[in-house]
Amino acid sequence: MSLAYYPGCTLKTKAKNLEEPAIASMEVLGSRLEEIPRWNCCGAVYSLADDDLIHQVAPVRNLIRVKEQGKNEVVTLCSFCLNTLKRANLLMKEDAEKRGTLNSFMDEEIDYGGEVEVVHLLEVLKDQVGWEALAQKVKLPLRGLRVAPYYGCTLLRPREVAIDDVEKPTILQELLEAVGATPVDFPEFAECCGSYQIVSSPDDIPKYAWHILNSALTHGAEALVLTCPLCDYNLGQGQKELMKKHDGFDGVPLFYFTQLLALALGLGPQVCHFELNYGEPELLLREKNLLPRVEAL
Amino acid sequence: MSATISSKTLGSEFVRKVKEISGQNLHLCYQCGLCSGNCPMVSSMDLPPRQVIELARLGLEEEITSSRTVWTCASCLACTVNCPRGFDLSKVMEAIRLLTLRKNVDHLRPEDISPQERCALPQLAMVGGLRKFSG
Repeated sequence: MSLAYYPGCTLKTKAKNLEEPAIASMEVLGSRLEEIPRWNCCGAVYSLADDDLIHQVAPVRNLIRVKEQGKNEVVTLCSFCLNTLKRANLLMKEDAEKRGTLNSFMDEEIDYGGEVEVVHLLEVLKDQVGWEALAQKVKLPLRGLRVAPYYGCTLLRPREVAIDDVEKPTILQELLEAVGATPVDFPEFAECCGSYQIVSSPDDIPKYAWHILNSALTHGAEALVLTCPLCDYNLGQGQKELMKKHDGFDGVPLFYFTQLLALALGLGPQVCHFELNYGEPELLLREKNLLPRVEAL
Repeated sequence: MSATISSKTLGSEFVRKVKEISGQNLHLCYQCGLCSGNCPMVSSMDLPPRQVIELARLGLEEEITSSRTVWTCASCLACTVNCPRGFDLSKVMEAIRLLTLRKNVDHLRPEDISPQERCALPQLAMVGGLRKFSG
């Protein structure tokens, strides 16, 4: 089965450790993530202004590329891409006046009316692969690995594009259980990491990061699992400074969900690219006897 | 803080534009403060989010635009999903930012970000940040 796939900018540069394990894992699970042709940046943040239509052009063009392929669904991995594409899609579906303006502005493109469904890979795993079928493909159950699922903002908000229950999401917990890891719930599972404030107020970010990381650790997690390259950066890059500031804090590994998936499917570190992660995940995996066993596979 | 509220501020162009750009009815808010309570950035703000709504509907433009609150908002939408009135504060924050940016006054320019940071930051942070903070 081939799935239309929108990668977005960051996955091709800073977040190869999110993309490569996803593509390899889906092959193992019997699906091919097929990059849509001529994709462009989605704009990263959805425009919140009622009178600003020009910033809808970029995400809508990507949806048109999917429609041109004869596909009715597009898969994303990055939380921001999912959010921006899904909200722009909703606008095209529900607002006839803005749809008309945008279609007539993009004169060289075919008309678009929200025909494509935007989904996250987690939804594909849950609804199309199924947790039981996934569990059966696991070669290396991640037993004993206590991981806090961190959803961040854009997978869950606003409500109309959430991939799961806004107040009590479970999709990451379900994935962790399917690959044999132990989910550790913590109250800050959807608290903002500071997002794009990193470019204008970088000094504020460690405060937000500490609040999230410390809570996960206090609740018994040894690592966090996440889906977003910006969450990864904000929670990861300041950890060395946080170690100096907070006695007893030795850093905490951050994993992309696709890395834990690939590891459990037996794909190993050459696919997972743990060397690109924050918080020295390989140390933890060796301690849990999860790396040597993989290398032996 | 003292401010003068008059029919001039209440009916100002600022109030009209905030309503128009955000698409929000500012009078929906009943000032319960859940937005401030749920805001993860509030500790870095000089005006709590709840007060931004109140000042906006009173037309106190100077008080809002001299505050750093709208530039501290990360559009995380914690306020939006928790508002019991269905009011979307994230859109009001965006409208107020845009009223500055559309005067060709940038909050952040690409050259304000050091080359080292530019290399280190994920692309979506650069694109997202510059979209929010420059015109």
